Amino acid sequence: MSGRHLLSVADLGRQGIEEILRLADSFKEVAGRPIPRVPALRGKTVATLFFEASTRTRLSFETAAKRLSADVMSFSASTSSLEKGESLRDTIETIDAMGVDAMIVRHRSSGVPARVTAWTSASVVNAGDGQHEHPTQALLDCYTIREALGESGGRPQTDFSGLRIGIVGDVRHSRVARSDVLALSLLGAEVVLVAPRTLLPPSLEGWPVKATADLDAVLGELDVVYLLRIQAERAGRLLLPDLDEYHARFGLTRERAGRLAERALIMHPGPMIRGVEIAPEVADLPASLVTRQVRNGVFVRSAVLFHLLAGPAGAVVGEEDGDG
Amino acid sequence: MAERERRLTRPEGRVFHARTKVMDEDGVARALRRIAHEVIERNHGLSDVVVVGLQTGGVPLAERLRAALSEIEGVPVPFGSLDVAFYRDDLSLRPVLPQEVTEIPFDLTGTTVVLVDDVLYTGRTVRAALDALADHGRARAVQLAVMVDRGHRELPIRPDYVGKNLPTRADELVDVSLDGVVIGELGEEAP
Repeated sequence: MSGRHLLSVADLGRQGIEEILRLADSFKEVAGRPIPRVPALRGKTVATLFFEASTRTRLSFETAAKRLSADVMSFSASTSSLEKGESLRDTIETIDAMGVDAMIVRHRSSGVPARVTAWTSASVVNAGDGQHEHPTQALLDCYTIREALGESGGRPQTDFSGLRIGIVGDVRHSRVARSDVLALSLLGAEVVLVAPRTLLPPSLEGWPVKATADLDAVLGELDVVYLLRIQAERAGRLLLPDLDEYHARFGLTRERAGRLAERALIMHPGPMIRGVEIAPEVADLPASLVTRQVRNGVFVRSAVLFHLLAGPAGAVVGEEDGDG
Repeated sequence: MAERERRLTRPEGRVFHARTKVMDEDGVARALRRIAHEVIERNHGLSDVVVVGLQTGGVPLAERLRAALSEIEGVPVPFGSLDVAFYRDDLSLRPVLPQEVTEIPFDLTGTTVVLVDDVLYTGRTVRAALDALADHGRARAVQLAVMVDRGHRELPIRPDYVGKNLPTRADELVDVSLDGVVIGELGEEAP
């Protein structure tokens, strides 16, 4: 993995993704210990800066940092001086001045984490920016698929070629979809977007995907059904007139779940709206990996933080011998 | 982690040049056999004794030691492997990725751990290993077995069982495997 920041899945490339997933295995092992914590980032400070509400992602990052013995500072927009009119740049520079090694940034506008890199010397991790990307979500999704494949066929492997993954729902507004399309196709999977035309991006040019508005036509061929949350706060009523109708056409109903291929997996990035994108009882089927995704998120985020922060602070690595 | 692994983290383009073979395959096997007897003698048998190999160089030696212990006493000996990358004190100088898995499928509380590594040098790996072991439970005692003690300690750590004491210069490297022990140094890659 190159660079000090993780802003997009593209920063990693295939090799970087594989490295993170392998590292996440080590943190999975750590989580099973009587004392699930290692001292690798002792003395480092990680700040979570969430300018947009999110509980699970923030908690996941904070848990991941604590498993590495890093100190954690938590910032949320609603309790901050932003309320008093401070600019984003001043907020970042203030937190930078306190001395932090990493800033985990979530913002409702695309590109904010990239801007933040200019205002701080810390490593910046994009924890979701507008409709742009959510790279750690894609990494934990890849980890979860890899883990499930490993359980059904031996060792976990990161070659997803031959896998067909359907991403269903509000692709247009989804940073999760954007990061997942990049990551899954880098690992060789075939991605099919399933959505009404109003919820697809205006152009799919340059995306290695197929698209359809007919879930039933592709359902039986999918190895993974990845359901997106309907983002009522972003989509609004214009694009999506009726949630019941959406459920009937694009929801994973009990009847559709019965038509899935044997061994097909069901995933959702959360928060899940039962009764809209997924039927209440389907979310609890054994094929549903939703809880596992959350659990794996901690391992993957530990891997990302370790990777960005455990290296040499400066560019110069001593020729000095280590030890044995 | 040991010499073998350290070599992998070197700046590229430098490779290990073997110079002198100081122990052969039989020598390593005999040393492990002797260490096995010493472990049994010192602990008055093998009750509550577990063997933990340090990734990566210590694991094959530890497996061999465990087999010898079991064979001599006729009892099973629990076995684990430990990667200490997350516990190293030089992470900020030189990132070391975990090379292999840590797998200690039992609680160490109350056990006597025989920690096995290939080479004892500065002692920093063992220091990291002691911290890591503590996160797996409170062992009654930890004993250290190494195939080669090459000196140059930087911490107050000493081995309980040694295959061979081998005085070395700091710029030398010691490669240990089940095939033998070789001293050499790093040099430019052959063109």
